[in-house]
Amino acid sequence: MIELDETDRAILRALARDGSLSAGALARRFGMTQPTVWRRVRRLEEAGILAGRRLDLDAAKLGFGVSVFCGIKLATRGRASLEDFERAVTAIPEVQEVHHVLGRYDYRLRIVARDLADFERVLRRRIMTLPAVGDVETNVLLSEERRPGPL
Amino acid sequence: MHLDDLDRRILRQYQADPGLTAAALAERAGLTRAACWRRLEKLQAAGVIRGLRAVIDWRALGYGVEVSLRITLDKSVPTAFERVEARAREIPEVIEIQTFLGRVDLRLSVLARDMADWQRIYRERILTLPHIAEIEALMRVAVIKEDARLPL
Repeated sequence: MIELDETDRAILRALARDGSLSAGALARRFGMTQPTVWRRVRRLEEAGILAGRRLDLDAAKLGFGVSVFCGIKLATRGRASLEDFERAVTAIPEVQEVHHVLGRYDYRLRIVARDLADFERVLRRRIMTLPAVGDVETNVLLSEERRPGPL
Repeated sequence: MHLDDLDRRILRQYQADPGLTAAALAERAGLTRAACWRRLEKLQAAGVIRGLRAVIDWRALGYGVEVSLRITLDKSVPTAFERVEARAREIPEVIEIQTFLGRVDLRLSVLARDMADWQRIYRERILTLPHIAEIEALMRVAVIKEDARLPL
């Protein structure tokens, strides 16, 4: 693991907010030369800390008005069940996140849908029919905030 | 804003590979650079495209533990949501705050370096949050899929 100094952290914070900032723009902001910034960004990428860019789209404006978080408990145990379930669930396009977790549920899912009727269709046809699926809990997202994290 | 098939095609290509240059994106969407640029500007102005964000891999930064905290609030206090959210924002290890309609009221995604660090955050920062009726932790074992892409 590499050591980060205050400048590295400032660069990460700036890029997390605006990933389109060029080395030149970052250099002007932090009063450094462009090659210095470029080397730092390169080092953060090579260490795997800067793991690419993500396009932030307004889902609601694109017709996806509903996001739902699901907790899923598998009905059967064993490695084969996990693998079957994971293969099937990752293939569903509406499923954006699948985390294998420890606790009351085995998996935590994030699902996007056009509206509640569309979500019901995904739930009935895609989620409830997954191999080994047991108890399913759904919570409809009302608001969301992403924080900068410990930088 | 009304989106047509070309807009969707641009967005599909762009979200599949956000590192593309404007020229490469135009080529993949089958448009001239100028036409692609005009559409991107329109999508940005309408707020459909909110921006590009760097993805930070917290594990590479030494945060090996991620916990999803499912919180039920004491709703007899009218300002419970606002007060808990405000306090959660003060915890640097909290990277996501969501509110829900369902059994769970609030969810926090919390990072920790290791279990000892998690214990410290849980005892000092989480258990001291106000108006909590019930709290339940799901500890991440593995990320199977993480894909913010919309099925456009």
